[in-house]
Amino acid sequence: MAIRPTVSSETPSRQRRRPLETLSHRVGQREATLAWIFLVPGVLILLVFMAYPFGYGIYISMTDAFVGFPGEQVIWFENYRRLLDDPVFRKTVRNTFVYAFGTVPFKLILGLALALVLNQQFRLSRLFRAFLLLPWIVPTAISSLAFLMLYSGVLSPISWVLENLGLIEGNINFLGKPVNAIISLCVANIWRGVPFFGISILAGLQAVPDELNEAAALDGANAWQRFWSVTWPVIQNITLISTLFSIIWTFADFQLIYVLTKGGPANSTHIFGTLSYQTLGYTDIGTAAAISLYMFPILAVLAIVLMRFIRREDGR
Amino acid sequence: MAMVGSHQKRSRWLALYLPLTFFMVFLLFPFYWMLVVSLKPNRDMLDTSINPFLLTSVTLDHYTYLFTDTAFVRYTVNTLIVTVGSTVLSLTASILIGYALGRFRFRGGSFMGTAIFLAYLVPPTLLFIPLSQVIANLGIYNTYWSLIFTYPTFLIPFASWLLMGYFRTIAIDLEHAALVDGATRFEAMRHIVLPLALPGVLSAGIFCFTLAWNEFLYALVFMGSGNMKTVPVGVVTDLIRADVYFWGSLMAAGILGSVPVAVAYSFFVDNYISGMTAGATKG
Repeated sequence: MAIRPTVSSETPSRQRRRPLETLSHRVGQREATLAWIFLVPGVLILLVFMAYPFGYGIYISMTDAFVGFPGEQVIWFENYRRLLDDPVFRKTVRNTFVYAFGTVPFKLILGLALALVLNQQFRLSRLFRAFLLLPWIVPTAISSLAFLMLYSGVLSPISWVLENLGLIEGNINFLGKPVNAIISLCVANIWRGVPFFGISILAGLQAVPDELNEAAALDGANAWQRFWSVTWPVIQNITLISTLFSIIWTFADFQLIYVLTKGGPANSTHIFGTLSYQTLGYTDIGTAAAISLYMFPILAVLAIVLMRFIRREDGR
Repeated sequence: MAMVGSHQKRSRWLALYLPLTFFMVFLLFPFYWMLVVSLKPNRDMLDTSINPFLLTSVTLDHYTYLFTDTAFVRYTVNTLIVTVGSTVLSLTASILIGYALGRFRFRGGSFMGTAIFLAYLVPPTLLFIPLSQVIANLGIYNTYWSLIFTYPTFLIPFASWLLMGYFRTIAIDLEHAALVDGATRFEAMRHIVLPLALPGVLSAGIFCFTLAWNEFLYALVFMGSGNMKTVPVGVVTDLIRADVYFWGSLMAAGILGSVPVAVAYSFFVDNYISGMTAGATKG
């Protein structure tokens, strides 16, 4: 049983079987060895720069280590326990959930609408497709700078318009007040994420059979009914997969918040990533590691669910 | 007939032109704004009686300032080195992994596939703290190597997964024919499979390029000192100042920093979209 002869999925016809069988046997013996050789470079990088740091991070989070002070003590779960009593950390947990679960529904609905719009036949549709994906392509740190100015207390064009319409007096303080700041961050995040949903769902829409849509239309189904009975079943899975990806990414975000508020004002807009970074800045690396590892259980659950959906998609 | 026509016209407006206009404004306005501000003289910017959405006069001062008075050029070179280095490394490793997992059946193969997919879901925010210690212990802190070696942790999983799918779509008969003719497995891979998988390799490459160019957290923590910064980090940490005169050059840097990825992407838009959706559906 050491060597499992590998036969290609295409079963050869009777006449051709003999030469191929010896061939695939010869190949089969060496295939496993060769496969592992091929895996070595990539797996080595992932082991050294991913698996090992992950384990090392768990160790750091259980020590009272400070950057630059060697000789740390193992204190087990003390960092984790202390964080639970920390009001800033509690606020951070709440923010992360608001940020992830508050933005994803909007990204999903707007992305779905975008996909349905781009799926129609019209002139220059390819050009529009290319342009509308830009928020997703451009470095987030850089597009966040545009939002930094759109949210500026002095030069915000949003404030300018509202003031000139007579709706407000004095500029809006977008990033200086906790509630305003969270909403502003969410809007920027939605802006960035809509094209991802749009393009993923658009790809799913290519698989919707036109004949079925036409038949349903002839039977008198309106657009709304056609969407739920014909279109939705086809794009359901890819929509769910995109949603899970988006939740994971939003949950573990960093740059948008770092650029716009750095977690402020008064630590009110931190999410796990930014609070962990700020704590590392205070050289309290044990606590910083514990903060980021608090993300792990949630990410693990999301990853397992995602895995199941992808298996299902592959199995089709 | 006329009534049907006008009805159709109206529904076309509702279903297409109206939402399309909304998305154009919502998704592209920040870019328009960056461009306008980057070309606007400071005195116009601070004059609130001027409509801020329009350009009344144009200046290239903000761009020249970037090139003459800041380290922007150096940051661009840094980013290019890191991006190309990590892309080449990741693509090489991923072609091998993708081929092994897409083509060979061996014990542990599907486990490795799952493990690599899970690696794709590990975000930098989870790893950057211990990784910073590893980088320091290896003595590569604030060098190009710190990013060339760490970017592959998120590039390899994605590119391998994408290439695995591509290799599976290529008929295995072609390869068998070459093997019957006496070619080695490696020759068959190089001369038969790789050329056919070129579109996949290309989209994986563009992906790696844009992801590496856009990365922020690792670049900030591992290579964020002095002149070693990448463009996204350098722009954010060096160009934001306390006075009001920095907006023009900041937006100019934003426009220039977006250009390389926008160009890479515009050349291969179709590959990119197919790659992204392959990535989104298949991992």
